[in-house]
Amino acid sequence: MKKLIAIALMLAVFASCAALAEEEAKVLTHAEFIALPLEDEAGQAIEQEVTVETYVQAKQGWWDNKARIYTQAEDGAYFLYDMPLSQEEYDALVPGTKIRVHGYKSQWSGEVEIIDATYEILEAEPFFAEAFDATALLGTDELIDHQNELVSFKGGKVVAKKDVNGNDAAFLYNWDGSGAAGNNNDLYFDVEFNGATYTFTVESYLCAEGTDVYKAVEALKVGDVIDMEGFLYWYDGANPHITSVKAAE
Amino acid sequence: MKNVIRYLALALLLVLCLTLTGCHGSQDSSAFVIPQTFDTGRNYEVTFWAKNDTNKTQTAVYEKAIADFQALYPNIKVNMRLYSDYSRIYNDVITNIATNTTPNVCITYPDHIATYLTGNNVMAPLDDLFSDPRYGLGGSELKFDGPTRAEVVPQFLDECIINGHYYALPYMRSTEACYINKTYVEKLGYTVPDVLTWDWIWEVADAATAKGEDGNYLINGQKVMIPFIYKSTDNMMIQLLRQSGGGYSTENGKIQIFNDVTREHLKTVAAHVKTGAFSTFKISSYPGNFLNAGQCIFAIDSTAGATWMGTDAPLMDIAADKVVPFETVVRPIPQIDPAHPQMISQGPSICVFNKKDPQEVLASWLFAQFLITNEVQISYAETEGYSPVTLKAQQTPEYQDYLARSGEDNNEHYYVKIDATKLLIDHTADTFVTPVFNGSASLRDAAGQLIEEVAKGVRRRKTVDDAFITSLYDQINSLYRLDQIGAAAGEGDKDASDMGPLPGTAVTLLAALVAVWLLMGLYVLKNALKKRKSS
Repeated sequence: MKKLIAIALMLAVFASCAALAEEEAKVLTHAEFIALPLEDEAGQAIEQEVTVETYVQAKQGWWDNKARIYTQAEDGAYFLYDMPLSQEEYDALVPGTKIRVHGYKSQWSGEVEIIDATYEILEAEPFFAEAFDATALLGTDELIDHQNELVSFKGGKVVAKKDVNGNDAAFLYNWDGSGAAGNNNDLYFDVEFNGATYTFTVESYLCAEGTDVYKAVEALKVGDVIDMEGFLYWYDGANPHITSVKAAE
Repeated sequence: MKNVIRYLALALLLVLCLTLTGCHGSQDSSAFVIPQTFDTGRNYEVTFWAKNDTNKTQTAVYEKAIADFQALYPNIKVNMRLYSDYSRIYNDVITNIATNTTPNVCITYPDHIATYLTGNNVMAPLDDLFSDPRYGLGGSELKFDGPTRAEVVPQFLDECIINGHYYALPYMRSTEACYINKTYVEKLGYTVPDVLTWDWIWEVADAATAKGEDGNYLINGQKVMIPFIYKSTDNMMIQLLRQSGGGYSTENGKIQIFNDVTREHLKTVAAHVKTGAFSTFKISSYPGNFLNAGQCIFAIDSTAGATWMGTDAPLMDIAADKVVPFETVVRPIPQIDPAHPQMISQGPSICVFNKKDPQEVLASWLFAQFLITNEVQISYAETEGYSPVTLKAQQTPEYQDYLARSGEDNNEHYYVKIDATKLLIDHTADTFVTPVFNGSASLRDAAGQLIEEVAKGVRRRKTVDDAFITSLYDQINSLYRLDQIGAAAGEGDKDASDMGPLPGTAVTLLAALVAVWLLMGLYVLKNALKKRKSS
């Protein structure tokens, strides 16, 4: 009898440990990830531990043994901020790669991201997200539901910004025109949709000077009608990081 | 006997050769030597890596400076590459040292120069250039009215000494300031003192976290309020340690930061993160954005960020409809001892890289020096809360007039910007810098990371106690390899009695010297005995 009790107790202990381990490594769906609050009951900011499985879509530069990576699964997108990894590991993370990510859900100026993350590569068929057409959501509260996703904006008209000398310009190097060609500065340009103007960015660590999209924006003229694709980054509001610009179809 | 003398002489010569070989200097044949004259019959290209604060006026100042310089020296073409981040310049320089493609001149921090100096003759030492009567500071052959050495603020110039030599010129100087929503402070029933203390700022920040029944903060009626946000936690820890007498590092790089004073500061930070009174730029966002939206009361940032601070700030990073009207006042950072304020001195410096062609280095030096002439200094300083680095520029009627016109408009004479500038000028004697050594940049990062990790620990509902901090010390020590830096520097801090066994080469050398002296002694003794016998 004693032996049976001892065996039952051991089994219970093992089962509890296994359950605990499973609980710690529980992979969240995107809906579960989004539902995790960023504040506690008292309204204090908190960061919660998360594990998700997702696919690399684009890499926003490796620097100081860290990288910023856009990832997306079938049910939603995640931005990995400053994930520690070596240059070799970074190079191995090609778009389409499936990874399991463990880190903390956090928010910075409205951008929901996973910080202090670790990852492991999973065996799987590559997944490349299709751009979601978010044109109709521009200026609406629903746009944020697609934060960090690959999105498209179609049929917008390039409108003028003012350069440092007060002249019309189709785009600026840096937000205020303080940059110049040859410096790998971010590009900023304004596009009008349905009478409202929105600012779009080519983030130079995501798409550096010399890439197709960088050259396409440098070639823009006021009045051009264009289709764009990019990742829906957030900085106190929508701040799409554009990866493709083409003449509207 | 002649043979014995020959052998002795040969042995001595060998020992001397060995001795001299052991004392080789760090410089090789490519060390920079100032040319007798600057060859104006040749053309030069000077690559200049500059940093601006993503500010178009600063870009314009650089461009004008280059145009003016090229007009004076038509044989020198300056090619500028603009960065908006010091650490990116640092990274690119490190990468380019390996391929001998460093720029000629670059804007940098002394911590970074200490790393550049680990390469052989990568940098041009400026000691001799400073004092050269022709091309040095205020030199007779300059085609511009540059400052003399005495006209550069001595404290700022001293900050450019690394390993006992000048390796940079100061370009701009700033410190940190506390930008305060005075309206909210008074609404909470407090008065802003001339010198803030840490105790006072924590008290007011905690008071501002009170909420109403609707869950909104009482002070602003909004869902968001972070009363105290610090932009650079590196500086926060460095200044806290300086003010409290806690160790940071020795002059030659022995790491002292993992101590009990630091531990107490971290516990204080944790307590106020827990109340919701405190956060950091890395965790929340730019202090100025929260300040201008009425969601922060104390925003600590560089004086070089003053144009982004306050309701009427000329530069704004939030939508106009989110800006809340309030009165902004500027104070030095909080102090532990208000009678003896201490604050960091920071800001960009200019370094010159060594090249095979000394004429090219001289051309680079001329341009570097041109950047501290009055017009460049004054126009760049006025773009932000910077101070010119020369007394010559500070004392011009033009600059004094600029300071006197504070508040006349919300652009060039924006009062918050000018108040921030005056803060530094008035407190120059209260500023300090941290020791510079190979690895000091890592120590600086580690200092800030201690605060960030403690703040994140609280947000992750961890218990921030002694055990947490002890574990954090180990992690940070390892992550930033401070144990290696400390071990290397620690050798220099030891007593002579504790220097361990002599290296094998030294033992051989000393043994050889002893043997030679013994042979010489024997020879003298033998001669003396011989003379005695013969007499």
